[in-house]
Amino acid sequence: MRIPFHHLAAPMHFYRWGARLVPWLGACTVVLLALGWWGGLVLAPPDYQQGDGFRIIYVHVPSAWMSLFVYVVMAGAGAVALIWRVKLAEVLMAASAPLGAWFTFLALATGSIWGKPMWGTYWVWDARLTSELILLFLYLGVIALLAANEDRRRASRAAAVLALVGVVNVPIIHFSVQWWSTLHQGPSVGSLGAPSIHSSMLVPLLVSALAFKCYYLTVLIMRARCEIVERERNSAWVRELLPR
Amino acid sequence: MSEMARFFDMGGYALYVWSAYGLVAVVLAANVAGPWLRQRRLLRRLADRVSAEER
Repeated sequence: MRIPFHHLAAPMHFYRWGARLVPWLGACTVVLLALGWWGGLVLAPPDYQQGDGFRIIYVHVPSAWMSLFVYVVMAGAGAVALIWRVKLAEVLMAASAPLGAWFTFLALATGSIWGKPMWGTYWVWDARLTSELILLFLYLGVIALLAANEDRRRASRAAAVLALVGVVNVPIIHFSVQWWSTLHQGPSVGSLGAPSIHSSMLVPLLVSALAFKCYYLTVLIMRARCEIVERERNSAWVRELLPR
Repeated sequence: MSEMARFFDMGGYALYVWSAYGLVAVVLAANVAGPWLRQRRLLRRLADRVSAEER
């Protein structure tokens, strides 16, 4: 099957246009992150129950959203790699795994920091926290499988299978606060009907979340370019890149 | 309390709020620096290898 613009997915072309995108995406990340955090730390009013402690959500919620988003992208790339053997899909899966693991770590760590003053404990084994911890282990499993085989193409296939099986955890995390009675609060954003948070609090959250998306794209491309050079180090086009 | 001091105090939640933001900032920055350094080292190592082969 011929996919339109498929030549852009050739590692060599990705390497070149990726280099051009990184500075722009990086600049967007910095601007959006500055706006989102300024809105969250300065402009948004203190919460009527949680005071200024609630401001942790401007780093916690975007990290948690990204931990799921990156997982779905990683598993999607894994599926494309398994079915069509697209090299770039393998590269994007491998580049996403460590980033997703870091977002998951940040979601868990910032949630834990928030939990201490609000719940009185850093950790409870409730459904949301436990399923998010399993997500971290799934990412670590994918990373370990990618590192376990010298043959990168074989390693990718094994990792892609694990990533796809682990997708089942994504809806579990998302709906955990509704399916089980948990200590974690229910969704404030994206529930049907009017959002249960005021726009002065919501807008910085959405800007911060957009900043995290831009950040992911920026670092995804940076990591993918490293991965491409490592895989194609013996090809003529990589040799032409080398500093003399 | 001055405006600035009140901002940094975060209504008594300073320790929690600033450690959360600090941790996120450090992790995000390290994840940019990592691939950037890796790319430079990689290209330099490949260049050394190629020039060794040519000699």
